[in-house]
Amino acid sequence: MRTRNVFLAGVGGQGVLLAGEILCLGLVEAGFDVKKSEVHGMAQRGGSVTSHVRYGPKVFSPLIPRGEADILMAFEALEGLRWLDFLKKEGLILVNRQEIKPTTVTSGRMKYPENIYDLIREQHPQTRVVDGLGIARRAGNVRSVNSALVGAVSRELEVPENTWKRVIKGRFPEKLVSVNLQAFELGRAG
Amino acid sequence: MASPEKQFLSGNEALAFAALDFGVKFATAYPGTPSTEILENIAEFDEIQAEWAPNEKVALEVAVGASLGGVRALASMKHVGLNVAADPFFTASYIGVKGGLVVVSADDPGMHSSQNEQDNRHYAVAAKVPMLEPADSQEAYEFIGLALAMSEQYDTPVMLRVTTRVSHSKGLVERTATRSLDPSRVGFEKNTAKYVMVPMFARQRHLAVEERLLELRKFSEASPLNRIEWGNRELGIITSGVAYQYAREAFPEASFLKLGLTNPLPDKTIREFAQGVQQVFVVEELDPYLETRIKALQIPVMGKDRLPLCGELSPEIVSQALRGTGSEPRHAQAAAIPGRPPSLCPGCPHSGAFYAIKKLKLTVMGDIGCYTLSVAPPLETMDSCLCMGASIGMAHGLEKAYGAAPEKRTIAVLGDSTFLHSGIAPLMNIAYNKGTSTVLVLDNRTTAMTGFQDHAATGRTLKGEQTPEVDLEALGKALGIASVRVVDPYDLKAFEKCLQEEVKASHSSLIIARRPCLLLRKKDRPPPKQVDADKCVACNLCLQTGCPAISLTAEGKAQIDSVICNGCPICEQICKLDAISELASD
Repeated sequence: MRTRNVFLAGVGGQGVLLAGEILCLGLVEAGFDVKKSEVHGMAQRGGSVTSHVRYGPKVFSPLIPRGEADILMAFEALEGLRWLDFLKKEGLILVNRQEIKPTTVTSGRMKYPENIYDLIREQHPQTRVVDGLGIARRAGNVRSVNSALVGAVSRELEVPENTWKRVIKGRFPEKLVSVNLQAFELGRAG
Repeated sequence: MASPEKQFLSGNEALAFAALDFGVKFATAYPGTPSTEILENIAEFDEIQAEWAPNEKVALEVAVGASLGGVRALASMKHVGLNVAADPFFTASYIGVKGGLVVVSADDPGMHSSQNEQDNRHYAVAAKVPMLEPADSQEAYEFIGLALAMSEQYDTPVMLRVTTRVSHSKGLVERTATRSLDPSRVGFEKNTAKYVMVPMFARQRHLAVEERLLELRKFSEASPLNRIEWGNRELGIITSGVAYQYAREAFPEASFLKLGLTNPLPDKTIREFAQGVQQVFVVEELDPYLETRIKALQIPVMGKDRLPLCGELSPEIVSQALRGTGSEPRHAQAAAIPGRPPSLCPGCPHSGAFYAIKKLKLTVMGDIGCYTLSVAPPLETMDSCLCMGASIGMAHGLEKAYGAAPEKRTIAVLGDSTFLHSGIAPLMNIAYNKGTSTVLVLDNRTTAMTGFQDHAATGRTLKGEQTPEVDLEALGKALGIASVRVVDPYDLKAFEKCLQEEVKASHSSLIIARRPCLLLRKKDRPPPKQVDADKCVACNLCLQTGCPAISLTAEGKAQIDSVICNGCPICEQICKLDAISELASD
């Protein structure tokens, strides 16, 4: 088995880093060597946030080489478009149906791309739009979008369902566990 | 495959666990990306005394003291922090240690959150101290143990140099050590000739340092820290730190000389390796540190003729450098994708201050912190950013260059934590040299940019204990500043008036704009604001605060995103038509 790569992209505050952490903990429990890389500090003040998750028998670089991601998990549509270059030609993009306008757009200086999901699909036929916000609402808390997306991507990863649930139980405060488990299950059911 | 007892840790977490497991008893730092989490994690351990220092110089001096007291000590800092600590660093090299002393330098290639990307490996050479460069979390853990042992064996501080991609990447770590403190070492022993660096003694110590380097060179040759991994003999790669990981990924078949101890370098091992391969490629981030020294051994190598001097490396950059091919950007529309730069948070008290500064058309000598983000449109109220605390000295310098009143329109702007880090001496300088500058301290009661660390004016220690607060007003007065005023930046009228008066005045001023960072009180935030579309005339004045919660509707009017609005009173004071008010709760 070669190293497999999941690239997560989103906006500060969406829980991208926590989702990356949960993916890693599941993959570690499943017995893989795992590496993850991300950037803290200045990048978190509402900026674009990314996390590189890599797993396999033995992982060297903590960064995914450009064009080598098997899966691009976009928590926000514009961030999906921005980081498409990291995805393999035949890679899968899971894009959350959510558009968060950056300050360059809210100030009227630039335009948020129209038909952004079509724009992504044109370049990557393997595009799956996930209604993360809708799932999170059904689960009972709009902040559980990241667990919904973890659920959606979990089907593509070689980790048993029970392992994911165990990791989620261990990673959230007790009162948030059931909401996040439900969001995970709904996301996984697709 | 991973064994279950391994932990999934970032480099910084691994360094913290190593400090615990290898018997560090004292650790200190000033926060700075990418090093901050080292001390935050160490602070969790009851076994280690851990402190925030006001700056890196103080941190290192305290760590040197702890070492001379016989305990193992650690000081961590970001790369530019070592500039601040360079003074004690160079002479601590002469004094040596009693308990092991490790200085962690966390460099930031790519400048994810820094003002430059200096390569701190040069410091180890200049200060004549040994340097270790871990390549992942497991090595970060192990190298702390090795560094402490080397420090005690060779009587020297040891520099451990990490980079952002070691500090902030996670990997599996097996914790191997548990060391209990050797009590026989604790206690200061008078040793004048070694600890008192007057010229007479320092000359002797310099000789000792040079002898130490010769011994360390022998150690470097024999050390498993510098290891050869033979592969295909056509290509030999010499590398260190995270660059090793990128090169292993890009050239899995090649032979490797993986250097963990990069000062002093193992010349013989390097020669042996170079002789064993057809061509040598040196893979390193930033400066040609290894390359220059290997070339001095008259070994022909490829290096910075193919790799960039600027920015981070990555597996594809390393691959392309030698193969000349690689993945080109496949998607052409990149230029049309709106950027998502970081910005001040919705409701940030700094926004109000900068709105007033912009209105008064002041020139701003800026500094390092969240407020540096006001450089971006629409505020664009940052005219310089040099280093921690520089704003105050630079404002005084501008006044010296072009005179003071009445048209002086320059102010220095910096945060509370940055002010305490290195703003006190330049403020004293203004008073002493009869300057008339206005210094604005944006006092949000925390070190916000690096993640809300306490400092000497917050009343809390790193361990969460109550402690006396620095009285900033009294401090300004004690330094001789003529006018010291405290004002709330949420009160736009009062703030603007205060600023205008002090800028015009022909005396030195310290304005403390006091309002705690909004993110410190997540629980009791006021309700969000809303725009009355009937009253809004699309003047767009409220957009000039740069608040991310305010945007334009299709008709060009303002609207407020109630999900991210933090309910601050800034925009409603700016609106001349009373169109902004509290959102009625449902």
